[in-house]
Amino acid sequence: MNLTRIKASQTIILNNMKKLEIKEVSKSFDGRKIIDNISVNLNKGEIVSLLGVSGGGKTTLFNIISGLTTPDCGKVYLNGEDITGKSGRISYMMQKDLLLPYRTVVDNVALPLLMKGEKKRTAREKASALFEDFGLDGTQKKYPAELSGGMKQRAALLRTYLFSDDVALLDEPFSALDTLTKASVHRWYLDVMENIKLTTFFITHDIDEAILLSDRIYLLSGTPGRISDEIIISQPKPRTDNFNLSSEFLEYKRRIIQAL
Amino acid sequence: MIKKSQSTIRNKLPAITAIALFLFLWQSICMLELVPGYMLPSPIDVIRAFISERELLFKNMLITLKEAFAGLSLGVFIGFGAAVLMDRYEIFYKAFYPIMVVTQTVPTVATAPLLVLWFGYETTPKIILIILSTFFPVAVGLLDGFRSADKDAVGLLRSMGANNLRIFRYIKFPSALPQFFSALRITVAYSVVGAVISEWLGGFGGLGVYMTRVKKAFAFDKMFAVIFLISAISLFLMALVNLAEKKCMPYRKTEKEVKK
Repeated sequence: MNLTRIKASQTIILNNMKKLEIKEVSKSFDGRKIIDNISVNLNKGEIVSLLGVSGGGKTTLFNIISGLTTPDCGKVYLNGEDITGKSGRISYMMQKDLLLPYRTVVDNVALPLLMKGEKKRTAREKASALFEDFGLDGTQKKYPAELSGGMKQRAALLRTYLFSDDVALLDEPFSALDTLTKASVHRWYLDVMENIKLTTFFITHDIDEAILLSDRIYLLSGTPGRISDEIIISQPKPRTDNFNLSSEFLEYKRRIIQAL
Repeated sequence: MIKKSQSTIRNKLPAITAIALFLFLWQSICMLELVPGYMLPSPIDVIRAFISERELLFKNMLITLKEAFAGLSLGVFIGFGAAVLMDRYEIFYKAFYPIMVVTQTVPTVATAPLLVLWFGYETTPKIILIILSTFFPVAVGLLDGFRSADKDAVGLLRSMGANNLRIFRYIKFPSALPQFFSALRITVAYSVVGAVISEWLGGFGGLGVYMTRVKKAFAFDKMFAVIFLISAISLFLMALVNLAEKKCMPYRKTEKEVKK
């Protein structure tokens, strides 16, 4: 009796800690069910990834969380508030870097601030102040075409962060990069995250990337897509370069491959 | 810098040579009296006529330019408005696009006399004619440009909570600039030609009126002088558009350099 009460109160505390909660979300397009009964939650400061095959409904789920698409059923809560179908609450970095070619890097990064109605000058100043932390110093006045792939992703991530330092959705942010660039961007990403502690929900189809970067991994599989497993990566952060060669890493990888 | 101007000269050398050769041939034909002088004045005769008539040409040029400028500004303005409405409301597109196409199938020489009958010999019919021949390229160019805007970029701004006006300002309008300038390059030439044609068919001043007068006097040298002046004006205006284009789209230059 007493025990159940303690458990119940613990659940309430846990619920309060949840930054983002997705409850029993389903969506069909043209009569075809894409995702079915998906429930996912993110705690404050966590990096969680959603791992699954391409075309498995990952992006659909993100479009629902960001409010671009409304789900057939289910709810999305941000800090306990129902934000289902509301856009403009969660920052969203899409697959493409989507830097506008006709705006300088600083003006691209400052876009979310401008959308919130800030003055051009203050928006630029605020954006510029973060360039160093994101390893982008000196690129402010360049155009996106002058940046390398890795730098473009950095700029896109900074833009995402400037929109909201609350929760960010990243849709395969590094999938377009070559392996070597990817490795250096991963290192950079973990460094930046150490500093800014952004709660992040991350789509990827790269198992190594998911294990390396995440605190937790949700596996999405099947048609329609369902959450088939949840794996906690208990390796402490900051993670060393050797982590992805360690036996723990391979153990996680084996588990994920089996589950998929 | 020096390298650049050298390469420009090298690029234009064939054209310059061809023009020089053509003028030389023309001058030779006249000097050898292969064609009677009253029918084909030599280039030197044309230059002489141009110098002796310079005051009259300049006075008439101002009249033509004023009409062209007024018609062009209104044409661009109307074309812009039409493109925005057709992009925003599908029903506008469906209703008015066919009518717009039809207005372009009617030759200017057919509409101009009617306009003179309706509106008289003053500037009104001339400006209307120029509007008719300039708004269409602008409207079609801009509409294509608006529609070429990256759908994902629009989604990104929506996820940031942007309204339609902001999406227009930050995505659609800048995406349409290249098409807009291409259209503008054509329309500046159209506006001058349109002004001249409408003056031909009735008016009190302008290069078109001057043209009909010298034609009636069989002053072929003056005729050629005014033809060259009209070409020169069109070329000059197109160069102005190119300059404005470079000023408005500085990122294009860097994009080209990066591609090299």
